[in-house]
Amino acid sequence: MKSHQAIRTAPAPDSAVVRGPDEVEVRLRVNGTTRRMFIEPRVSLLDALRDRLDLHGTKKGCNQGACGACTVWVDRRRVLACLTLAISCENREITTIEGLAEGDTLHPMQQAFLDADAFQCGYCTPGQIMSAVALLTEGHARDDDEIKEWMSGNLCRCAAYPHIRRAIRRVRDEQGGERASH
Amino acid sequence: MRPISYSRVSDVGTAIGTVAADPHSAFLAGGTNQVDLLRIYVEQPRRLVDINDLPLKQVEELPGGGLRLGGLARMSDVAEHPTVRRRYPMVTESLLLGASPQLRHMASVAGNLMQRVRCTYFRDTEAPCNKRAPGTGCSAMEGVNRGHAVLGTSECCIATHPSDLGVALMALDAVVQTEGPAGQRSIPIDDFYLLPGRTPEREHPLTHGELVTGIDLPPLPVAARSRYIKIRDRESYEFALVAVAVAMSVAGGRIAEIRLALGGVATKPWRARAAERELDGAPATPESFTRAAEAEMAGATPHGMNAFKIELGKRTIVRALTEMAEREGSA
Repeated sequence: MKSHQAIRTAPAPDSAVVRGPDEVEVRLRVNGTTRRMFIEPRVSLLDALRDRLDLHGTKKGCNQGACGACTVWVDRRRVLACLTLAISCENREITTIEGLAEGDTLHPMQQAFLDADAFQCGYCTPGQIMSAVALLTEGHARDDDEIKEWMSGNLCRCAAYPHIRRAIRRVRDEQGGERASH
Repeated sequence: MRPISYSRVSDVGTAIGTVAADPHSAFLAGGTNQVDLLRIYVEQPRRLVDINDLPLKQVEELPGGGLRLGGLARMSDVAEHPTVRRRYPMVTESLLLGASPQLRHMASVAGNLMQRVRCTYFRDTEAPCNKRAPGTGCSAMEGVNRGHAVLGTSECCIATHPSDLGVALMALDAVVQTEGPAGQRSIPIDDFYLLPGRTPEREHPLTHGELVTGIDLPPLPVAARSRYIKIRDRESYEFALVAVAVAMSVAGGRIAEIRLALGGVATKPWRARAAERELDGAPATPESFTRAAEAEMAGATPHGMNAFKIELGKRTIVRALTEMAEREGSA
């Protein structure tokens, strides 16, 4: 190899705390509440939410990061729960579809999906909505092309895409964000 | 997924020491590729060392005028960083044309460089694969290889390198900063990616426990005039069939500076040096662009279903150069 010189040698000894592989206590903050569970480190955030916390709104589609059905927010950013280890989310703020409504009042995006008929089978819908709300926060919904590009991580096998975009446009315009171009 | 144990570390020294001490351990960054590979038994570490708390997420100015991307900076943060966008537009474009918004929020730029190939046979533990199980053979040679490489291949492996960011970094001569049990190293990006040759299982010159701490973008005025073009089977959220990273300046109708790299067609992010030699000082004309594209793809080897990539590669090179020249002409 070329002139790759060793500049400093300071690896600390193997001093990190080892947890697992058996079940360990994990505390997750989900939708504003701290939840305690015993899980193996290999358990995904998706499985922890669904199987341990009975939060079934977040859906398991492909379980390999291709479909977006498991989209949740970690520290307010949309991510895929299937490719996230639950144990890695300690000290982070997790938000799922169940955390979106204010009591009995739906989040405007949830209401817009209902009003715009933005789903058929509904399986991808929680992920679509979590992604759509984040999309507006990120500011990537100026026109339909941008919405398409920045929602491309959420597949809908019923192909409700035109209605999904309609719902997103409606919330965007109600929020008084960027001007509608359609 | 096999059972794994988990450690979370908050300083670089402990991270390196912990992984270096245990041959069955691995770093966990964004996890987008690694958790997937764990689940399908392609990678089987017994212990993950979570490095997401390490202070390696910044984008910083370097003294000489370059920019350092922290290894754990997220793809989305680097893509939208105003300085990256202004001085290295091809980096922003390569990032935003990769993966999905969710994955870009998760994935680190160092992890992007370290990601494994998406060859279906590499991912299928039932199939022979020299990269996953050395010596078992290459199923892709005579198999479904439409997405496979035509440049940099060997008789052992034709898997395409999947990174978009790596292609832009190759065009820019980025330098990968690492720290490991033997200290810190600076590795030119071209040396950071190894050709498969007879050892396709070895993709990087890193030792176990060596961590990518940063990626340095050199000071390069021409990089402000750059772009990344990606051709794929669907418009978004898909790997490249062919991608071109190009930075170019034109003076008096001739090409003054040219940097060209290809993605989607090679076993590593591919610096198009043969094309660059044709273009350097040449008139910025369609004839020059075609000659350069022919020169670069002259060394391509088709493997059945992927033969179309040679022609598609040429056309994409010509298109990228033509669009850059038009932009230069109107500047």
